Amino acid sequence: MSKQNPLRPSATFSLDVLAEIHRAADQGIYDIRGFGTKRSLPNFDDLLFLGASMSRYPLEGYREKCGTDVTLGTRFAKKPIELNIPITIAGMSFGALGANAKEALGCAATQMGTSTTTGDGGMTEEERQSSETLVYQVLPSRYGLNPDDVRRADALEIVVGQGAKPGGGGMLLGQKITERVAQMRDLPKGIDQRSACRHPDWTGPDDLEIKIQELREITDWQIPIYIKIGAARVAYDVALSVKAGADVIVLDGMQGGTAATQDVFIEQVGIPTLPALRMAVDALRELGMHRKVQLIVSGGIRTGADIAKALAMGADAVSIGSAAMVALGCNKPVYLKDYQKLGTEPGYCHHCHTGRCPVGITTQDPHLEARLPPELGARLLRNYLTTLTLEVQTLARACGKSHVLNLEPEDMVALTIEAAAMARIPLAGTDWIPGASK
Amino acid sequence: MTEFDLAQDSVRSLNQRLHESPTGRWLVSHPDGRHCIAAGLEASVEINIAGHVGYYCAGMNKQAHITIEGSAGPGLAENMMSGSVRVKGNVSHCAGASAHGGLLIVEGDAAARCGISMKGTDIVVAGSVGHMSAFMAQTGRLVVCGDAGDFLGDSIYEATIYIAGKVGELGADCIEKKMTPEHRQSLADLLSASGVAADTGSFRRYGSARRLYNFNIDHASDY
Amino acid sequence: MCGIVGIYYKNKDLNKHLGTMLSSMLVQMSERGPDSAGVAVYRNAVDSSSTKITLHAADDDYDWNQMHSLLAKAFSTDVDIEIRVNHAVVATTAPLPEFRTWLALNCPDLRIMSAGTTIEIYKEKGAPRDFVDRFQLQDIQGSHALGHTRMATESAVTTQHSHPFSTGLDLCLVHNGSLSNHNRLRERLQEEGIEFQTDNDSEVAAGYLMWRLHQGASLEQALTSAISDLDGFYTFAVGTRNGFAVLRDPIACKPAVMAENDDWVAMASEFRAIAQLPGVEQATVWEPAPATVYSWGEA
Repeated sequence: MSKQNPLRPSATFSLDVLAEIHRAADQGIYDIRGFGTKRSLPNFDDLLFLGASMSRYPLEGYREKCGTDVTLGTRFAKKPIELNIPITIAGMSFGALGANAKEALGCAATQMGTSTTTGDGGMTEEERQSSETLVYQVLPSRYGLNPDDVRRADALEIVVGQGAKPGGGGMLLGQKITERVAQMRDLPKGIDQRSACRHPDWTGPDDLEIKIQELREITDWQIPIYIKIGAARVAYDVALSVKAGADVIVLDGMQGGTAATQDVFIEQVGIPTLPALRMAVDALRELGMHRKVQLIVSGGIRTGADIAKALAMGADAVSIGSAAMVALGCNKPVYLKDYQKLGTEPGYCHHCHTGRCPVGITTQDPHLEARLPPELGARLLRNYLTTLTLEVQTLARACGKSHVLNLEPEDMVALTIEAAAMARIPLAGTDWIPGASK
Repeated sequence: MTEFDLAQDSVRSLNQRLHESPTGRWLVSHPDGRHCIAAGLEASVEINIAGHVGYYCAGMNKQAHITIEGSAGPGLAENMMSGSVRVKGNVSHCAGASAHGGLLIVEGDAAARCGISMKGTDIVVAGSVGHMSAFMAQTGRLVVCGDAGDFLGDSIYEATIYIAGKVGELGADCIEKKMTPEHRQSLADLLSASGVAADTGSFRRYGSARRLYNFNIDHASDY
Repeated sequence: MCGIVGIYYKNKDLNKHLGTMLSSMLVQMSERGPDSAGVAVYRNAVDSSSTKITLHAADDDYDWNQMHSLLAKAFSTDVDIEIRVNHAVVATTAPLPEFRTWLALNCPDLRIMSAGTTIEIYKEKGAPRDFVDRFQLQDIQGSHALGHTRMATESAVTTQHSHPFSTGLDLCLVHNGSLSNHNRLRERLQEEGIEFQTDNDSEVAAGYLMWRLHQGASLEQALTSAISDLDGFYTFAVGTRNGFAVLRDPIACKPAVMAENDDWVAMASEFRAIAQLPGVEQATVWEPAPATVYSWGEA
């Protein structure tokens, strides 16, 4: 009697791929989901700090100060933004998120002395009231954009693209376009929002320069203007952003999250945060603008180590989106039945686009939103931000820094050839940086 | 009457003064195609600009009444909330882009993408409009006494287009719709408010077929 | 990213004003193109047995006189030379291919900017206002001209990537926008014998037109086929010996304004470059329609 052959999977037509083709054949449209890239990519885990040694002395914890403050928008704005920590909350829309979640983000940010950012739907009253420092996005769709909110914003962020979909616009499916969302966006209730991927009144950095002038005129040159780009042709984009007149550049690597977009866009477009960051810093240095035009980096920032490494590579600050939501409860093993109703489990959920978020974050359903009271959310996020800050300080002190912005690339080594090449940091134990001439 | 000569002083200076003491009537001379003139106003001040303006004139206008005695560059009255803007000459592309309210009157022609992404404003064009006008227009009214270029109302939501002249190839999901007495009255009111004379009987109405509101595989080619 | 301008005289009496008009237009485009400027001017036609070649020296102190005498000796002909800052316009009866070979061998520090019977091309780093002053552009006379101001993406701003690009006799192109299929197109054109000096997308557009003209197309036909063969966003202004043309891509997001009266036709990225021109009050001002070739003269 012959033994039954073991099941043999195909690496090309893996279970994921098979399921996706079956789904496409069934539905006739691309798969839309939330969250960021799920594939494995070179990231900050492939870099390590060197720490203190005989030749480099550490700072004592707590007593010996390790500063975490950063100022953004020093180039042109009369009122730059002073942050206590180099960690900001990234742009996420009311519409994608519920009002409670936005309020929680605002409260936590205020308590920690940092900023939040509006998203593709405009500014809510809850967010303006709860967030002491609020960055107001100007997106291709221009949903909800109005001069009153422009005038009461602490900074403006012109969104050219985001890491999850450089070249794609916002997306919100009908099930999340409630009365309130529809009213804010001037759309009929319950329809699928179609996205504009280009701004309506400018295309290209030469016209963007004039658009920035307009926004400065409207705000009497008081507040900083950020430009947000998804990581693609980073060197050109950073140079052109500087030339167009940005105070701050926000660079979102391909790991950046979204509440809804095509899976193919998330997984197959853009470059990882690690090389994007290095390219951006190179471009700024070449123009003599490093630290003069500040750089905020986002896209898969998860831990204090990620933040410290990003700062060491030359960022002035980081922005967190997905991680902030995880802190609020995203993918937490609670309300298990509701995950299952969506066809998923905690740890695997990326169903923000459905509006049925089991933990009440990316939903407009009051019954689900009730699971995330703003005060609870604020406490969770504040704890997470505190932890992140302590971690960054621990690493910085170990490297002998009295301020986290003094971290440098020379404080690190790389574990893989890809990371060494992408970050331009030597492979541990060697002098070797692939691709860099000696 | 406050006079301001842009040949002597800057747009920055003008805008700062208009933001700080926005009262009465202003005459702005020698604009010479400069950008961002009268951007971000927030008071029912009356401004006459004696010449041609560049980009984003009257950007994000609230309450002010602005007349341009010449032509205007791209993005005129973009994101306007209320008030009015009148151009005696022609206007470049993206006029009234994403505007929420107010009244934009173009006595000459408008170029491409007039009323793109409009969110509640009223635009009346005595002449013609260029291609892709009313692209993704969400709500509001666009009146065109002349012709429209190709792809009018591409991906339109609930905005209404009234047009008397020829229409090129229509945009995705844009169709001709019936003109009812209510529509004719709405049109008449707009023409009257803008001081543009035209026979409402010669206009047709265009709007959304609403086939793109929720994804349907059978309409995939429209995307 | 950048600004482009063009001016073409229908009335020859105005040729003496070319420099002043071109200069004023160029300076108006400084903000959108602060890093370098370039112009192509059509003037001082040579007879059909000669060729006019504009040369650029990297070194401001280049010894043009020595080059001049070497050239005259090498080809045993008279050679006229007009020096303008670090450029020189050489008029010679030497056949162009041999001239090129001679130049590459004997004057490797010189670069050919243009060749033809009337065209001259000048490009230099720096703000447009400085460019106009240094090159005394105000004084130049001619029948038509194109100009370009550039916002560079690389910090080491060189004139290598500057417009106008010329890939054929008396032919030049300026471009505002960004092409998206130029890399493969460059390879195809190289197979057809067109040579490129840079990896710039605008140079590919110029090369494409040259290729089509070699095939026997008129400029209008070449620009018409460009609409389907070139992908991306563009406003082009093109100059030929006696002609001038403008084309926008089918989506037409990059700006373009034109003005025409009985005496001249002008185009620019922003109206303010045209607003100052004498006679603009009598001109018809319009925005070119997408995917439509506009041409004047023997284009």
